[in-house]
This record gives sequence, C-alpha cells and structure tokens, in this order.
Amino acid sequence: MAGWLVNGAATVGAGTYFGWDGFTIQSGNLIVIAVMVILFILALLLPFPGGKGRK
Amino acid sequence: MSTRAKPAPRLPGQDADAGTWTDKARRWLLAKLPPDKLLPGDQPIYVMSWAYVFGMGAVASLVWIIASGVVLGLNGPQWYHVSPLGGFVNSSHLWSVELFFIFMVVHLWLKFWMAAWRGGRVLTWITGMLSFIVSIVAAFTGYLLQTNFDSQWIAFEAKDALNSVGVGAWFNVANLGQIFVWHITLLPLAVGAVVVLHALLVRVHGVVPPLDASEDDAQLSTNTVEVGGNPPGAGRQVAPATSLTPAEPKDAAL
Amino acid sequence: MTGKGAATSWQKRDDVAGRPWTGRVREYDLLKELTIGVVVVGLMVLGVSALFGAPDEPSVSLKSWAASAPADFVATAAKELAGTSDTAGYGPPYNSTPDASQKIGPVDLQSLPGVRLPVDTAQDFVIGPLEQLPSPPAALADWTAATEQQRSDWASAYSDALAAAPDNDPAKVADGSYGPVPALTGALADMARQGTLDGVLQGGGTFYNLDYTLSLLFLGDGSYFPGLAASQHLSGDQWGVMNETGDTPGQSWLWLFSLLYQVEPFKSSPNADALAVVTMAVLTVLLTLLSFIPGLRSIPRKLPVHRLIWKDYYRHR
Ligand code: HEM
Repeated sequence: MAGWLVNGAATVGAGTYFGWDGFTIQSGNLIVIAVMVILFILALLLPFPGGKGRK
Repeated sequence: MSTRAKPAPRLPGQDADAGTWTDKARRWLLAKLPPDKLLPGDQPIYVMSWAYVFGMGAVASLVWIIASGVVLGLNGPQWYHVSPLGGFVNSSHLWSVELFFIFMVVHLWLKFWMAAWRGGRVLTWITGMLSFIVSIVAAFTGYLLQTNFDSQWIAFEAKDALNSVGVGAWFNVANLGQIFVWHITLLPLAVGAVVVLHALLVRVHGVVPPLDASEDDAQLSTNTVEVGGNPPGAGRQVAPATSLTPAEPKDAAL
Repeated sequence: MTGKGAATSWQKRDDVAGRPWTGRVREYDLLKELTIGVVVVGLMVLGVSALFGAPDEPSVSLKSWAASAPADFVATAAKELAGTSDTAGYGPPYNSTPDASQKIGPVDLQSLPGVRLPVDTAQDFVIGPLEQLPSPPAALADWTAATEQQRSDWASAYSDALAAAPDNDPAKVADGSYGPVPALTGALADMARQGTLDGVLQGGGTFYNLDYTLSLLFLGDGSYFPGLAASQHLSGDQWGVMNETGDTPGQSWLWLFSLLYQVEPFKSSPNADALAVVTMAVLTVLLTLLSFIPGLRSIPRKLPVHRLIWKDYYRHR
C-alpha cells in the first residue's frame, strides 16, 4: 500500500472475499456497491434542506 | 470618393440581417441557450431533492480525477512506485475514480426512476450513457497503466475479450505506448467533451418536471401574483414569493 | 395525451414535461453548488486516500519467474519450442492457427484483422533471444539445422518428459531423444535469471521500448503468473474481471461482464469472450436507447419511486 498513513507495507494481502455457490465478491467491491445502494436510498428518504428558502 | 451605401453601424447584440454562417450560429446558440438559461439564478420548485446532487458529485469527482491525473502524468509513470507523496497522489486518483463511479451510477439509477428523458430530453439520457461508457473505457486504460502486477494481469486477461471481437490488434493492451495515449489524452478529452455536452443539454432543456405533474398543480399557476401573500395551495411554511420566472412564450422552446 | 404509456415516451409533447417550466421557482446557485461539491468531494478523496491508500503489488518479470519457479519456466520454454503453448495455438492476431478464433454464431470477428501482431513462439521467445547472447549456446546450430518435424518431435518429447518428471524438475527428467531442446531451455532459463531476457524480449535489443506484448504472452503461457493472479482472486472464473488486489475496490461497474463468465452458456463455451462482449454491447445499447423501448420505459411510472424523489412537490399540490 502506498497511502500516507499506511505507507510501508510492501505487498498487500490476499484480500477478503465473501461468497457461496460460485458467487464471490471482494470486500472493497461489496462496500462500494453497498455505499451506492445506501446513497440511493438516502437520496429518496432524506428531506432536502432549504425548503423554507423558496421563492 | 465612394458611392457605396454604407450599412448602418451595428450595435453589439443587435441581430444582423446578414445570413453568414457565423451570424446563424450565434443566433441559434443564443436562442438555444440564452445566458440566463446557461447560468440560471433559480430552478423550478420541484428541484428540491438530494436526487439532484449526484450529477454535480460526478462533476466534482471528475475535477479531482483530472487534477490528480495531471500531477501523476507530469511526474512520469515510475514516480508513484517509489515516492510516498506519489503513492498518495496515486491513491487520490484511484479514490476519486471510485467516487466518480459511485456518484455516476446513483445518478443513473435516479434519472431512470425519474424517467428524466421525457419531454424531448432523450439526448441528455443518451449523452449520460455515453459518459458512462467512455468513462468505463478510460478507467480500464488507467488500470492498465499502473505498471504493477495488477496492470500486468489485467492486460493479460483483457486481451482475450478484445481479440475475440477483433479489436485487440489495434487496441493492444500490452502496448504501454498506445495505452498511454488513450488514457492521458484521447479518453479524458472524450469524457470531458461528452460531460460538457451532457451538462449543456440539461441547461438547454431545463430540469424535467415530476412524472405526475399536471397542468392544474398549484405550483404551475403562473398567473398568481405571489407577492405579499401565501400562494394558493402552498403550505404555511412557504415563504412569500418575491420573483417569478420570466414568462416565456410556450413555443419559445427549442 | 395518448394513452398512459406516452407519459414516459422519449417524444416531446405539448405537456408539462415538454414545455419550459413557467411555474413557481426556488433560488438556486449553480456555481456555489459546484464549489461546495468540489470541496466536499475533495475532502472525501483526501480522507479516503489517507486512510486506505492504494495497492501497488510489484510486477512480475521473466527474471523473477525463472528464479521463483524454474521448473515452470523451463516447461513453458519447451512448449514454446514445441508450438504447444497457449500463445502458439491462439490464432489471430498473433498467428494463424486453424480453428482457434472465437466465433459469435457464424461470425468470426477475431479473424478480421488477420495476423497483425505476429508471434512465432519458438523463434520469438527462445531462439531469437538466445541468438542475442554474447556466446550463443552451441545447441542453437543443431536446432537451426534440423527439420520442422525433427524440432517438434524433440520439443514435444521433452515437454512430455518434464511433465512426467518428479516435481517437473528438469534435472530429474528421464533419458530420451530431446536433441538440443534441454540445452536451449536451460540456457534460456539462465538468461532469464540473469535478467537479460526481460530486456531482449521487450526491446529486441534496442534502447527504447513501450511494447510488452511478447513478455506478457510468454509470462502468461506458464503457470506461475496465472497462479499468482488466482491467489489474488483475479482469474476470470473468480469474478476477477472486477477485482483489485487486496481489499481495495476494483472495477465494480464491470459486475455484469464479470458475472457472465460465471454462468452458462458462457462459462463452458469456447467462445466465452466473444459472447460476453457481444452480450454486454447489446445490453449497453438497450440501456442507452431505453426511452425508445415500450414497456421498459414505463417501469418508472409503474413502480412509483418518483413519489419519494419529488415528495416535496407532490405534498404541495
Ligand atoms: C460523467 C458522468 C455524468 C456527469 C458528470 C453528469 C452530470 C449531470 C449533471 C450535473 C446534471 C444536472 C444535475 C442533476 O440532475 O444531477 C445531470 C442531469 C442528467 N443526467 Fe447526468 N451525468 C453523468 C452521467 C449520466 C448518466 C450515466 C446518465 C444516465 C444514463 C445521465 C442522465 C442524466 C439525465 C437524463 C439528466 C437530466 C435530468 C433532468 O432533466 O432532471 N447522466 N447530469
């Protein structure tokens, strides 16, 4: 990894994988997909601020 | 001595009668996208949802992708392997790409559920998809440019898909020189151009109204003079209106 | 309005969606929103980068391959001489091996460009590089003097013997008629271990090089390099198309392309790549032209997610 705070570790590990029955997903990808779904749901549910500022 | 009748001097902005290509282009452009549409000071009342921030999120991520990419490129392909600062800039490049795609995909989902291609906005949808496709290719060439194990393997695997449809002979993923040109010039220019076109089309057409909006919605009753009182049908929390959109003739739409 | 489906059609009509909005408006500051966006996203980028960094697994070279897995290296070199490696049987654009190209039904796109990046595995991977050595092995002369048939008999016999040897160790191969092949592959392994082969394969002896086609194909013909990738879950049958090394997210937007390789009829088809690419192309075109497709384009009206998106507007009607 070549990040600022994690600088130094030469090689990365084998990664964390979840899966069953031929379905596998890598932890990073799983998180990214989860974040997209959560953002989508939040965009639908959260009230948008500034409702009072209408003209 | 001159006998030629001199045309009256034209004032700037005054519509010239001459039919030059340039005149026509200017008139077309100004009609399509007058400055107050390009840089609007207000938006329809329904533009009031978190659903609208993701397009801007994608634009903002693109700004960071380009900024970090320029720094990486100017330092050369080996820099980030050996320098901690280089490693950090490389991480920023990667993460701004991940954010870019996150915003773009949520944007796509939302625009689908809004059926945002309605009312003559189909080109906005199509240019959006083009941004998505070109961005995928751009990101792919970025993965090929890492000059590490990951890029080696991606090149080795990806060649099969490209060769299987006859593309690999010209788009050779193992030829770093070719991939460099694609990733740092052609594809970023293409993404930029398509995104600019996409954003301009949004401005030209205005934001698409809600699916169930109908002519008798309170928010559409233009003729109500909303000064010093609550507009009819609006809740009490709504502040008095102080301005209205300049009334546009219905058929001024282009 | 004509019918309900019309509401989500691409066509511009004289309805609320088709006309410029003349109703109520709210204040909106485009440039301020852009600025806030750039700042917020910038903080997110810097924060996540500082926290997680990015993986940078060092690349594999022919040198590191020959040093870490010498038996695999020699076995691969023997296959390149015998013409039995993956690359040797690849077909266009590297060579014209018959019936090697992938087809979509009767359509053979792979053969269209012809042999545009020619690779002769014996000559380009083994013989040519050995000829560049300051003192080329004497065995080269035997190889050059032999007939095609003789060469392939030698190399195939040696290749089989290596596969049968304990640990595939070249030192433990049973006696046989292998001609100059063991000397050639041994010399190539030495050359690789010394680091000379990397430069020669990439640049053909010239100073500049940006084309890694030969080195990459040779690496991939062995089992060392693909084995490393498999240990990182990067192989095609491990959803590897969308994976990055370690735990860093990769190209998750390729999930569907990646998925196709895991399911029939793609999974076991010799034309898997061509079929997957064409399927993705068709689906992408469908999504692009979604608003022209009756039924699909009406989904947003039938499943009214939009009531949540525009809840503010609908509440004040
Ligand atoms: C590079 C990626 C993209 C960028 C930077 C981008 C940017 C934007 C921006 C700034 C807006 C206006 C604000 C908003 O509604 O969010 C917008 C609107 C829109 N985008 Fe995108 N977009 C991208 C990709 C896409 C994709 C993939 C699609 C769908 C296929 C899409 C479809 C649309 C549509 C239909 C609108 C019009 C919305 C309306 O009239 O309400 N865009 N885009």
